[in-house]
Amino acid sequence: MFPRPFEYASPASLDEALAHLASVPGSRVLAGGMSLLPMMKLRVVGPPMLVDIAAIPGLGDVAVGDEGAAIGPNASQRDVACHPVLNGRATALAEAASWTGDPQVRNRGTLCGSLAHADPSADQPAAMLVLGGVLELRSSRGDRTMPIDDFFRDAFTTAMEPDEMLTSVTVPLATKSEGSAYQKLGRRGGRSGFAIAGSAARVRLHDGIVSDASVALTAVSHRPVLAPGVADALVGSDGSAGAIRSAAARAADDIAIVPDLHGSAAYKAHLARVLTERSLTTAIHRARQSREVA
Amino acid sequence: MEVVITLNGDVVTDDVPPHRLLVHYVRLDRGLTGTKIGCETSYCGACTVLVDGRAVKSCTMLAVQADGREVVTVEGLGSIEQPHVVQECFSVHHGLQCGYCTPGMVMTAVALLDDSPSVTRHEIREALDGNLCRCTGYETIVDAIHDASGRMRGEPPAAPVWPSFSPPPADGG
Repeated sequence: MFPRPFEYASPASLDEALAHLASVPGSRVLAGGMSLLPMMKLRVVGPPMLVDIAAIPGLGDVAVGDEGAAIGPNASQRDVACHPVLNGRATALAEAASWTGDPQVRNRGTLCGSLAHADPSADQPAAMLVLGGVLELRSSRGDRTMPIDDFFRDAFTTAMEPDEMLTSVTVPLATKSEGSAYQKLGRRGGRSGFAIAGSAARVRLHDGIVSDASVALTAVSHRPVLAPGVADALVGSDGSAGAIRSAAARAADDIAIVPDLHGSAAYKAHLARVLTERSLTTAIHRARQSREVA
Repeated sequence: MEVVITLNGDVVTDDVPPHRLLVHYVRLDRGLTGTKIGCETSYCGACTVLVDGRAVKSCTMLAVQADGREVVTVEGLGSIEQPHVVQECFSVHHGLQCGYCTPGMVMTAVALLDDSPSVTRHEIREALDGNLCRCTGYETIVDAIHDASGRMRGEPPAAPVWPSFSPPPADGG
């Protein structure tokens, strides 16, 4: 299989990249290419120009600062999965990245690319939703920031304009008594590859009581969705196994579940409940441990 | 577009169209047909090569993306006379039957063991997640990589589960 011919640009600066995106309608940013190139080979898309950002210095960094960790658009899934700070303090995201695709795909595929691609079966969006990431979108017209809650519109559809590029995502880092986790069932039965369903959870404890919680689901709808019913049921509880179970039972409530080739709506609802029980259990365990350590 | 690639240790310069895939570049333009094309959809891993030391699927990378980088294909690992330790172990442990997936398997294993030669059988299985084999059932592939990891750490060779193949006498027997 061959992609259609296209123009190729390998700019040395971000401004140059944004100028290409502005001047050639339909041009696309190429980072890892793990989703874009297969779609081009299948002729699902045929952009007239690819703007390869690999040569732009600094875009592969994960910069840890006061606001959190700013992850650049060339940072690979492997970079995220192996990053010591993200592993300890944005664990749901590191786990999601570590179970994406397979090792070769994680070596090249990028976190920002996964968010911008907005595949409903991708793991990182749900993790980013519970952690509350903030996106930096740039174009030659100007820059803006956007909370992740506003970003995902539909399957493969985001709030980005065609001439915009996702230049960074900043993920807040867990402090004392906070924990997060991601759980999934992959199509091959394990945890890697595309998800049949997935659940990301983040909790904060105060004096042993759950004071804040957030749960988001992968691959149950056209886009990653928050499950607010779970958070409502869990906040104020002691985070015991019983409390987790009854909260997780509400994981699929009020969500219009979209069945696909890999699971019926009933099966995905079941997985949402089971995986949410697991992600919450692990997140609360981590929050308790972080309290003991801190 | 002109690319300069360090291919199996040699610096090569070529003019390639932007939509040329890396796997087609190494196989067709450079004649290195050890790298196989299996699924062409980045699932099977038969096309795995090393780019800057990391295993990648060369069917899902453009040749122009390899510009300025170091690419190693299975031809760059060893020779018949002096195979790479991973190749040697695939041979000893019968880590292949039809052999089509083998170059990709070997490259993935080399990347894994270059990162850390100390790996468990479970870690080997996880590392092979992106490489499909339809013959062996994977057991002997895991045996081979596990033995290679031991040898790279200076441990004695592991005995193969299956007896080694003895060629028939030259006179036919």
